[in-house]
Amino acid sequence: MNLTLKVWRQNGPADSGRMVTYKVEDVSPDMSFLEMLDVLNERLILEGDDPIAFDHDCREGICGMCGMVINGVAHGEQRATTTCQLHMRHFEDNATITIEPWRAAPFPVVKDLVVDRSAFDRIIQAGGFVSVPAGSAPDAHSIPVRKEDADAAFDAATCIGCGACVAACPNGSASLFTAAKITHLSLLPQGQPERLSRAKAMVDQMDAEGFGGCTNTGECTAVCPKGIPLDTIARMNTDYLKANAK
Amino acid sequence: MKFTEGPEIRDTKAPAGPIEERWEKRKFSAKLVNPANKRKLNVIVVGTGLAGGSAAATLGELGYNVKSFCYQDTPRRAHSIAAQGGINAAKNYRGDGDSIYRLFYDTVKGGDFRARESNVYRLAQVSVNIIDQAVAQGVPFAREYGGLLDTRSFGGAQVSRTFYARGQTGQQLLLGAYQALERQIAAGTVTMHTRHEMLDVIVSDGRARGVIVRDMVTGEIERHLADAVVLATGGYGNVFFLSTNAKGCNTTAIWRAHERGAYFANPCYTQIHPTCIPVSGEYQSKLTLMSESLRNDGRVWVPLRKNDTRAPGDIPDEERDYYLERIYPAFGNLVPRDIASRAAKNVCDEGRGVGPGGLGVYLDFRDAIARLGRDAVEKKYGNLFEMYERITGENPYDVPMRIYPAVHYTMGGLWVDYDLQSTIPGLFVIGEANFSDHGANRLGASALMQGLADGYFVLPTTLGDYLAAGPFGDVDEEAVAEAEIKVRSKIDRLLAVNGTRTPDSFHRELGKLMWDYCGMERTEESLRKALERIPELREEFWQNVKVSGTAEELNQVLEKAGRVADFFDLAELMCLDALVRTESCGGHFRAESQDADGEALRDDEHFAHVSAWESTPDGPVLHKEALEYEYVKMTQRSYK
Repeated sequence: MNLTLKVWRQNGPADSGRMVTYKVEDVSPDMSFLEMLDVLNERLILEGDDPIAFDHDCREGICGMCGMVINGVAHGEQRATTTCQLHMRHFEDNATITIEPWRAAPFPVVKDLVVDRSAFDRIIQAGGFVSVPAGSAPDAHSIPVRKEDADAAFDAATCIGCGACVAACPNGSASLFTAAKITHLSLLPQGQPERLSRAKAMVDQMDAEGFGGCTNTGECTAVCPKGIPLDTIARMNTDYLKANAK
Repeated sequence: MKFTEGPEIRDTKAPAGPIEERWEKRKFSAKLVNPANKRKLNVIVVGTGLAGGSAAATLGELGYNVKSFCYQDTPRRAHSIAAQGGINAAKNYRGDGDSIYRLFYDTVKGGDFRARESNVYRLAQVSVNIIDQAVAQGVPFAREYGGLLDTRSFGGAQVSRTFYARGQTGQQLLLGAYQALERQIAAGTVTMHTRHEMLDVIVSDGRARGVIVRDMVTGEIERHLADAVVLATGGYGNVFFLSTNAKGCNTTAIWRAHERGAYFANPCYTQIHPTCIPVSGEYQSKLTLMSESLRNDGRVWVPLRKNDTRAPGDIPDEERDYYLERIYPAFGNLVPRDIASRAAKNVCDEGRGVGPGGLGVYLDFRDAIARLGRDAVEKKYGNLFEMYERITGENPYDVPMRIYPAVHYTMGGLWVDYDLQSTIPGLFVIGEANFSDHGANRLGASALMQGLADGYFVLPTTLGDYLAAGPFGDVDEEAVAEAEIKVRSKIDRLLAVNGTRTPDSFHRELGKLMWDYCGMERTEESLRKALERIPELREEFWQNVKVSGTAEELNQVLEKAGRVADFFDLAELMCLDALVRTESCGGHFRAESQDADGEALRDDEHFAHVSAWESTPDGPVLHKEALEYEYVKMTQRSYK
């Protein structure tokens, strides 16, 4: 395959950035999207150009590190897929592909396609945990959990924190990420004692980071590589309202 | 490569007495640190996977002043997150005959009698607490309808002791540790440094007192001092270029600690995982593992005839060879990883492999789908099937998966004593970065167990004992300056070459060399070839590598080049270690040492020891630590 790539290049947070066009040839349909960029980068290095900086690590769709907007869609058009699991067989020969970083004020661009997502960590720091000390927890079987609850909690817990939800949201909202963690813990007996205080603290932190509000457009779940459902946000809002009513 | 032999290592610090009492004894003898003094003690933890994340969180909670470092943008991305299958624990919730002793026994046997009994017994004991800890944190393990925890069986065991969270157990356990870590960050006991790479250990007055790191965004070289340093930086399987490891996994932290005096133990022990998606092209950047749990229901086979190019569905049962079930009737498809990997290699070497290049075997769910129904199979393995389809473009419900062995986990690592302390006082090494618990092979679902055992339970006790003698006074300024200069000059040297080959092209070539000559099967001849070729290639690297950009910016090429440089040095030591060990054991298969059935043949008389390598200006020095088996009788491993 031969492709034309239009890639966002930005030297640092202070640089204004621009789209740069590259031609890539002999792309195999079996390559992953990142492997296609690797091939281009090898060439740029040898030509003395600056290779395109992008974040990636596990390349099996689970670490959440990779992420770019491909043809206007976070992680590309294939549903429920991270960029590293997107393969070139889904593109047409001679296509033009635009590649941009996540765009949201709380995710400043570090370089090219690399953004700073540490705001997510601060939302977790606000309360995205169960406060148990290490060392002497009760026997695991002393806390039975309904299978339906455990499964639903698991579904929410699979969030990889990639930030696609934020990049896709017209408001730049981090609601799906925050709601996934709140839902995971609120469905389990272990999460009950801190349930409302957690929801309040995490939502307040999300707002403080400058993420926008949720208007139920649903773009977040449409691009979520793990298919986190929209109803987690309803659950978050319910707990948040209850917390504020108290 | 020349080496000399140094004095034996005689004391591993494990308490004497009955094995069940050793850890209790050690815990009681460990000195305690007064809570008011803990705040004055500084600990650096490098790496934020299961071992490092859980260690930093626990140490922070105990009251120490912790600095945590990772190279990713957030600690939640450490490669532990990719572990699929599960975590073992001797809970015996099934009542199927499991016990701490049996988990201990299986692990020692699985490691082909090259692990330490004391360490493994402690691991089995602590396994029980790990599950309790994780459940209390809200890790959503799979459950039965009655609300209790579900378990499944795994390779190398005949009991059902593996706890799991669909195919994402590593992710869920890591998020548990990450959340505990973030809680401590919020509490101010842990300071987090993301996008930082450790490039050297500072050793002052014979003790590890800090690290030199590079801020990967600004390029700034920073010095961080402490009373103790903990390395939890994972394994080095990426020396093979193609592996199941995340792309960033590297050897730099442990290698540079090795150069500072920490012994490197059993570097040649590489686990080859039997169920990976086969390589599809030259451009490929990594290999993807399919969870070993698939072998619970999937049946492994190849055509009976050589070069049989028929579609799998067109090959009738009587013309298929279910070779694992045939050769190992007792364990069948659940034989341990080294056995399954070698068996796959053998049938492919006979010309019976399937798929492009003949490097693949079928993992077939036809019978499981007929027996359990498609829905049940989908419930159990759906996400794995989907992942397979994404990568290969084939639907495994309709055609069998193709799998082939690939480099996965490294059992070698920095040498540590029973307290997890390296040969540099104050430098502790935990998780995959150390060598101690798995021997020559690691059973499935035991890596997560070790990472969390070390981080949550073992290190916090033993490190406290070390720190009770602290604080250790001022750090020698010259030692810090020397380490910083060393780091800077290596970076400058890499940037100055300005040659014509990329770091990746060297890495690819080195990796191929290692796979061909020091991979699933090694011979004296192949290892000698590698030891000849590696120095030549390294020489070319330092003459001809091209690193673009500067040191004072985010520079992923520079990061890569530094890691590849260390992989060259490590690769050489791996080959030397493999050459010296003229026996086969676990993941180390020396073709010259096999029995009449082609099974690995150990040589306990000469090799029942750990090989711990010291780095000296005159070349490597080999120190042996004898392995004594008081409780598990050394026998030829059999899974037949």
